[in-house]
Amino acid sequence: MSTTEIDRQWTTRLRKRVAGKLPPEKLLPDTQPTYVSSWIYVFGVTTMAALIVVIATGCVLAIRGPQWWHTSSVGLFVNSTHLWSVEIFFFAMVVHLWGKYFMAAWRGGRAMTWMTGVVTFLTSIAAAFTGYASQSNFDSQWITTQAKDGINATGAGAYFNVLNLGQMLMWHIVLLPLVAVLLTMIHVLLVRVKGVVPPFEVGAEVRR
Amino acid sequence: MALFNLSAALLPLNTLGRYLHWHFIELSVANFIVIVLMIVTFVAALLLPFPGRRGRKESP
Repeated sequence: MSTTEIDRQWTTRLRKRVAGKLPPEKLLPDTQPTYVSSWIYVFGVTTMAALIVVIATGCVLAIRGPQWWHTSSVGLFVNSTHLWSVEIFFFAMVVHLWGKYFMAAWRGGRAMTWMTGVVTFLTSIAAAFTGYASQSNFDSQWITTQAKDGINATGAGAYFNVLNLGQMLMWHIVLLPLVAVLLTMIHVLLVRVKGVVPPFEVGAEVRR
Repeated sequence: MALFNLSAALLPLNTLGRYLHWHFIELSVANFIVIVLMIVTFVAALLLPFPGRRGRKESP
């Protein structure tokens, strides 16, 4: 195989493109700019730490099942840890969102970073909702019977039936976590490619 | 068990939730507390000094 043929392979082109955009020192940097030394920059990683706990406790709940998480003390503990890690996840994500909004973090070609964050937020809301819908208790019965009218009013009820426990559980443990985790990974990689948005300079004109 | 009874007495969870009303806005007290805590955390994150800020190496 000639050098030209090797250069034309999609694997070669992809490798060169990835290596050019994201060299190892950018992927795993050992220093950050001084403006990152502020508490407002810790909420992104707090959100990810909470997401790891959410996924880990969710995996344990999936292994043991509803009988276990409703009746045994360890099951109740893991169920509560799953809930409270979600609470911390959303708490940190909202503070992260406020911080990035007031920094106008979409500046400097970071629109995709901002938008992947927005879509991850919306996906997470859907994931949380389907989680409440698949608790398999009176709370989930109440939530789903209240939500069905709202969902039906949008016309989506035929495809997204909140009273169908199996469907809600599959959305909650397969589709939505998959999308949320993939988007989070893309979001973090984009932060690594573009870098953390610098603060506004006093008197500087904002570039569009 | 005593701890459980004490927490249940302090935070009764089997009663109707309390809600705040303001025009068309209806908000549970629990959600209101969470929103206030998020605002407090946001302001504190902006104002509180970050440990090790002085003498930190700046990347090029």
